Amino acid sequence: MYNPQLNKDGELTHLLSIEGLPKRILDQILDTAASFMEVSAREVKKVPLLRGKSVFNLFFENSTRTRTTFEIAAKRLSADVINLDINKSSASKGETLLDTIDNLCAMHANLFVVRHASSGAPYLIAEHLRKAGRDDIHVVNAGDGRHAHPTQGLLDMYTIRHYKKDFTQLRVAIVGDILHSRVARSDIHALTTLGVPEVRAIGPETLLPKHLDKLGVHVFHDMEEGLKDCDVVIMLRLQNERMTGALLPSAGEYFRHYGLTPQKLALAKPDAIVMHPGPMNRGVEIHSAVADGSQAVILPQVTFGIAVRMAVMSIVAGN
Amino acid sequence: MSAPNNAGVVALPDAEAQCRQLADLIRPHLSRNPALVGIHSGGVWIAGRLRELLGLTEEIGMIDVSFYRDDFAEKGLHPQVKPTAIPFDVEGRHLILIDDVLYTGRTTRAAINELFDYGRPASIALAVLADRGGRELPVAATWNTWDVALADGQSLVLERKDNGELAWRLENV
Amino acid sequence: MSTNIVIENGRLICPKNRVDRSSTPLYIQNGKMAGIGEAPAGFVAEQRIDATGCVVSPGFIDLGARLNSIEAELAAAVAGGVTSVVVPPDADPPLDEPELADRLVHRGKEIRKARVLPLGALTLGLKGERLAELAGLKKAGCVAFSQANKTVVDTEALLRAMEYAATFGFAVWLQPQDHWLSRNGIAHEGEVASRLGLAGIPVAAETIAIGTIIQLVRITGCRVHLTRISSAAGMALIQRAQLDQLPITCDVGIHHLLLTDNDIGYFNPHARFCPPLRSQNDRQALSDAVVAGRAAICSDHTPVGADDKLLPFGEAKPGATGLEVLLPLTLKWAESANVDLPTALARITSAPAEVLGVERGSLSTGTVADLCIFDPEATWQLTPEALKSRGKNSPWTGYPMTGKVKATLVSGRVVYQA
Repeated sequence: MYNPQLNKDGELTHLLSIEGLPKRILDQILDTAASFMEVSAREVKKVPLLRGKSVFNLFFENSTRTRTTFEIAAKRLSADVINLDINKSSASKGETLLDTIDNLCAMHANLFVVRHASSGAPYLIAEHLRKAGRDDIHVVNAGDGRHAHPTQGLLDMYTIRHYKKDFTQLRVAIVGDILHSRVARSDIHALTTLGVPEVRAIGPETLLPKHLDKLGVHVFHDMEEGLKDCDVVIMLRLQNERMTGALLPSAGEYFRHYGLTPQKLALAKPDAIVMHPGPMNRGVEIHSAVADGSQAVILPQVTFGIAVRMAVMSIVAGN
Repeated sequence: MSAPNNAGVVALPDAEAQCRQLADLIRPHLSRNPALVGIHSGGVWIAGRLRELLGLTEEIGMIDVSFYRDDFAEKGLHPQVKPTAIPFDVEGRHLILIDDVLYTGRTTRAAINELFDYGRPASIALAVLADRGGRELPVAATWNTWDVALADGQSLVLERKDNGELAWRLENV
Repeated sequence: MSTNIVIENGRLICPKNRVDRSSTPLYIQNGKMAGIGEAPAGFVAEQRIDATGCVVSPGFIDLGARLNSIEAELAAAVAGGVTSVVVPPDADPPLDEPELADRLVHRGKEIRKARVLPLGALTLGLKGERLAELAGLKKAGCVAFSQANKTVVDTEALLRAMEYAATFGFAVWLQPQDHWLSRNGIAHEGEVASRLGLAGIPVAAETIAIGTIIQLVRITGCRVHLTRISSAAGMALIQRAQLDQLPITCDVGIHHLLLTDNDIGYFNPHARFCPPLRSQNDRQALSDAVVAGRAAICSDHTPVGADDKLLPFGEAKPGATGLEVLLPLTLKWAESANVDLPTALARITSAPAEVLGVERGSLSTGTVADLCIFDPEATWQLTPEALKSRGKNSPWTGYPMTGKVKATLVSGRVVYQA
């Protein structure tokens, strides 16, 4: 079956989504990331892999955090990085997404890192490049609408592997606004592909997509039930900007039922780790005591993120 | 000089003995307190042997040159990148870079580039078990135990047997 | 100037009159059907058309086709065997003034290809607030009144509009879509949308709207035609209403009989439709309803330029080209639903004619000679070049199509020949 992320030899040429990637590719990315961790610990934090290559950060949705980590990662690979913040108004001045891509290809772009508000935008770009015969240009999805944020999913898996080693023995809970979360979707696909036997989603009915069970997830509306004996708790940010309807009465009520407090965390295993893709809303989805506590691995996630992005870019750019 | 005999077969020497030979070559030069750096995987095994044979206490360095290779555009990133670990300060040190087979010289160049990203060594010497000629860059081994010519399509591979012993194997590419 | 034409050697199929005769001639005189099998007295053929290997059927009546650039689209219609086109009122400007309807009908007559049957806007600007001049629009040629795919949000306004239409015996065509439940969605709320992170439009958006409309029909007695039904639950509600003898008819877009939300694949913008493609179960129920004769088929022809289609799924304009694929896709559906050719043809000829209440869509002697001659086995490749329509947007691009129109006649005149 045709997979737009893989080339004819079955190697990764674009990273668009974790869904559809075989386990061996996820393992390859995680293993490669481990090598790049070492690079980041050196005095000279660079390797010459992408020297002379141009990486274009195409962010149609603002995000200083993610864009910065991609920029750091690309520069540590010795690539030239060009940042393009394309807000809605300049795009609406006539130039379509594909026109923008064509222009940038004419400027010898080698790799596009794309963040877009519409689910599926990176696929449109990858398909356009394929039709134009440009299999030398690669696309990395930095987040598309609600659909996927594969590098975040991968760095979350790297984090879990770092602390817990063996995926096949774990109980992992994802808590919060999964309906609107591309991070959650990517995490779910990664966890199931890597063989995690129990993946749980915890949230109110209004924040969970229908048919979550078809993705291999156990749904809980009661957080205390859902957290029992978990090894990993992934907290999602409550995204104000994504909610377009009356899905929640208030942040206060949300925190009472679905916020992670030290008491609720105690229901998970004593050595459970707490993760969060950031940025955190303290007092909304997570209590400060937990965010700053010993079980939170939120800052290491950021460090792992650079190594994972270096791994992704160097793998696709070489295929 | 070992050359293929009439049947095109090269008689393979004892790699362990060659390690002892290499150690003998290096031993007179230990006064500069050199640090050993092995190139994965064969070079790392040999470096381990040399450390024992030379009675050195310092840990060996290990390099994977995947990120410094010059054939990234054609071949892409190697699927199995092993960790690079340099447990000592490169700055001002005399280093002995160790590999199993010296061939085109590109791996050596990549390793040297990588080492220089850690600091500025005082010197780098190259120690190999086998030199098969075919150089494409101006690189030479400081110490070598075996000059060998291979037929086209043949490749020399150092492997570690189950009992830990190092041995050569000839492969057809 | 009307020629005496005989169409020979074709398989004549008239679903309405249950005619299915092979190698039978059809006689046309004065722009009307003059006889089947036997020439009328004194008939002298001035033109002979050889329909060997072809089916001769009534010209297709398409209950929904947008004519953005009218010349190209009417040419596309007859190339697809469509002789009458019902045009939704959502062009720019919306068809809410009698003069606009006049102009459209007049232009259609000038072009002399397919017949143009405009739907008038039910409300001014299709805003769902103030009534348009329904009687004036009718006089100017509108066959019924519609909101295209825009909803009348104000229930009272819809009630009054239907009451007013009922006063004159006018039919109201509505696409059942609850405004609130559908305004943010771009795909069927189901497993595919959950996986792909696409905002969903639940089936409830259709059933709640159908429920409301059914109640309003009970109250007003207004005749309603529900367009582009997309769900099993929606069809079930309509079936019950029809069993209750309410004056409600419905149609299904041809793409909804063949595709499901799975066809979105990797965010294919050509699979974005309004209403959305739904699940396999829904598709099956729609097909069953069409087989049973409870719904007609239409193309829902919506030409969209590449600039408006080659966008991320949620930004792409919904809809696909339909006029030239109506025949092959209907034949394709017929094969999978195991219905014979006459039944399939009925859904695009006599059934739409019944919805419109017109004496067309049949090969009856004395009726106007709107005909399609087609080869049901001929295959052709769907490419942009093969289409006369300006709308090249299709999920079938590159696929082989089976069923090719050889000639189309309107009022006994050949308006298309392959």
